[in-house]
Amino acid sequence: MPSNLEIGLYVFMLATFVGIEVIRKVSPLLHTPLMSLTNAISAISVVGAILIISAESATTASKVLGFIAITAAVTNIVSGFLITDRMLKMFKKLPSRSREVKK
Amino acid sequence: MGALVNYIYILSGALFILSLKWMNTPATARHGVFAGELGMLLAVAGTLAGHHHNWEWILAAFVIGTAIGVPIAYIMPMTAVPQRTAMSHACGALAAALVGTAEFYQRQPQADTDLRGVVMVALVIETLLGFLTFTGSLMAMGKLQEVLPSRPITYRNQNLINLFLFLVALGLGARLILAPTDTWIFPIFAGLALVFGVLLIIPIGGADMPTVIALLNSYAGLSACAMGFALNNPLLVIAGALDGSSGLILSIIMCKAMNRSFTNVLFGAFGQLQTTAAKTEERPVRSASPEEAAAILETASSVIIVPGYGLAVAQAQHKIRELFDALMRRGVDVKFAIHPVAGRMPGHMNVLLAEADIPYDRLFEMDDINGEFPQCDVALVIGANDVTNPAARHDPASPIYGMPILDVDKAHIVMVIKRSMSPGFAGIQNELYYLDKTLMLFGDAKAFTTEILKELPARVGA
Repeated sequence: MPSNLEIGLYVFMLATFVGIEVIRKVSPLLHTPLMSLTNAISAISVVGAILIISAESATTASKVLGFIAITAAVTNIVSGFLITDRMLKMFKKLPSRSREVKK
Repeated sequence: MGALVNYIYILSGALFILSLKWMNTPATARHGVFAGELGMLLAVAGTLAGHHHNWEWILAAFVIGTAIGVPIAYIMPMTAVPQRTAMSHACGALAAALVGTAEFYQRQPQADTDLRGVVMVALVIETLLGFLTFTGSLMAMGKLQEVLPSRPITYRNQNLINLFLFLVALGLGARLILAPTDTWIFPIFAGLALVFGVLLIIPIGGADMPTVIALLNSYAGLSACAMGFALNNPLLVIAGALDGSSGLILSIIMCKAMNRSFTNVLFGAFGQLQTTAAKTEERPVRSASPEEAAAILETASSVIIVPGYGLAVAQAQHKIRELFDALMRRGVDVKFAIHPVAGRMPGHMNVLLAEADIPYDRLFEMDDINGEFPQCDVALVIGANDVTNPAARHDPASPIYGMPILDVDKAHIVMVIKRSMSPGFAGIQNELYYLDKTLMLFGDAKAFTTEILKELPARVGA
């Protein structure tokens, strides 16, 4: 049986390749919203922060650190997803009624 | 309950991948945001469901985080998006670093069994990357906001000092891995990582920010990834790896677009080297008034607008849209040519122009539009400089030689809106300005475009 580390490394390897293939196909038009989206997604570290703060053995120090970490991560999640959507809403095609000049 | 959470995490991971996949075209991109939100909601809800201790702390943090995040998302002007991105890299990295720190101290009582080998290696990587990305991103943010000088800040033996500090930090990290109970080392280690983050970014100039932001994005992701290894949580590994590879690809694209290597961006302190080489003689240029510019634009049948960071600085995107509309109404074919490193972060120009309601099917990437310049009547350069310098193609002595550029000089007429003849960031004279076909339009991008617009309607009935 592979150890936790080995499974973790498998996951890391596969996710990296999937990430590279998927991101390569993203239109350069959307690189800015892409960055704010991946930012929001990597704020998944909020899960780690919740685990720290909710441990029975949590000391006051780790509660405070966890508290700051959750605040920072939630700020990223909320602002990251919302601003990505706000940006994407602005991307519009040329309305068909406008005159296109074909040469 | 414990098992269910793992299945929820698998679902979240799949949603995150879908989320990025849907970002490939603007048509599906908003589904991507929704998938990401759903994945995050599931992961957070699943985690919370199994943990009931100290919920009041968690709740308070969620409320505060939301209260900060919502206004940032809605109030932040689009010109400030690079700063916001740097700030969120800082927040993400800080979260990872603090979780790693808390983890380290919390597991001390069971250090012999719990903090050995892999876990400790992961914690060291997590906190090292987390802390250095935190301060590094703050520096990048300061430079973008121009609280700090956006010039490279350099001093003697900079790279040696940085390397030395980094090696000391690595050494302390290695010591921590071997002897996790030596808690006194940890604050020194964390402090060095914080200092190193500052020193890494201050020698990097403003125009290199697209690469640096992408690189910091990658580090923040890898830090979250290391947290996944420390906590043995594959979802964190997946999300971190996605973020890490995204940042990596973007920074590679940015480096290629400048024909430079990673090491050159990080340790080269561009700008600084070249400002000394910028002593060239005064040469005559041709300039034109708004009236003349309007007349030329009006009679053109195709116009390619080349925007750069100067457009963002002058906040000229809405005026450019008016010009775009006015010309399109007159039957002029107007397109935008976007260089990959135009602006201060990847895709910066696209977002600004989209904000001004310029349809995205009028925005073209460098490789798609370069072939069109020879047939184009007027190329209008607004706030772009080095990315239009023909010296990059033919002058091996030029510091930007080899950098892919927009072939603006091949258009029939070139017009450049620029404040003055002062050389750009890299301190390199732009040959484009001295060509016979080039007209310099001296002035602020927004003000000058407004002047051109004033001339345009007056001619409609004439």
